[in-house]
Amino acid sequence: MRSDAETLAALRKGDEQVFVELVRQHHALMLRVASRYVRSRTIAEEVVQETWLGVLNGLERFEGRASMKTWIFRILINRAITRAEREGRTVPFSSLGDDDAGEPSVDPDRFRPEGDRYPGGWKRFPEPLPEQRLLERETLAMIDAAIGELPERQQLVIVMRDIEGWSAEEVCDSLAISEANQRVLLHRARSKVRSCLESYLNPAAVLT
Amino acid sequence: MSSARTLTCKELTEVLTDYFEGVMPVEDRARFEAHLAICEGCVTYVDHMRQVIMTARALRPDDVEATAPDDLLEAFRAWKRGDPMPGT
Repeated sequence: MRSDAETLAALRKGDEQVFVELVRQHHALMLRVASRYVRSRTIAEEVVQETWLGVLNGLERFEGRASMKTWIFRILINRAITRAEREGRTVPFSSLGDDDAGEPSVDPDRFRPEGDRYPGGWKRFPEPLPEQRLLERETLAMIDAAIGELPERQQLVIVMRDIEGWSAEEVCDSLAISEANQRVLLHRARSKVRSCLESYLNPAAVLT
Repeated sequence: MSSARTLTCKELTEVLTDYFEGVMPVEDRARFEAHLAICEGCVTYVDHMRQVIMTARALRPDDVEATAPDDLLEAFRAWKRGDPMPGT
């Protein structure tokens, strides 16, 4: 992997190959992120396109204080928000209303009630997931669908962290959210996906 | 979460991401690990979460699949030449 400084130097020199690689590396996620804000795939593609123009125009001014990736996504999100506002859409990250904050990570029915000898303990232990099925195409498709059902902010955070492998800091910087907020969103997202995965692979174990 | 009381299974499922992210205060971390040492159910639960993370990673689209649209390359060449750029 090329460092940010190397990428930047190559781009400033007009290295087309480096530009193409950078676009390849981020294009799919940029489309996914932009699609969270605007109405159609076509508009999302336009937003991504505009973002790259913004990136090129900003190259001389980019100081490398944030990572290049974070900088690109901040430009993307700003453009997407502007575009969404023009369309009269409400913008997910502009409202602080936390999608289902306080919702339990696991169905409360699976734990022993207050007054039990072990309140808050499992009624029945979860069972191991069948390892060999985890990477089956059907399982992956199910996980993909479960992620697609998440509230927008949770979706963006789990995609960036777990699918794309970004650091917590990079996600916070790109989405302009606090670390604590990022963690809550990630936790909600992972817990829900886990729950779907368990119901799918161990349907019997989920019944209380 | 700073009482001396032991962690319940239900509580563990709520703080797992804090544990994974390494942001738990030392004392809470000790209580978390003490619970895991005696609770097979929670060990399995933690495994589930690790498997979610591991499996999600497998969803990453191949970089090769995404190609730079031609007009983007055109824009790059224009930028290189110093042509005025649209939309700025």
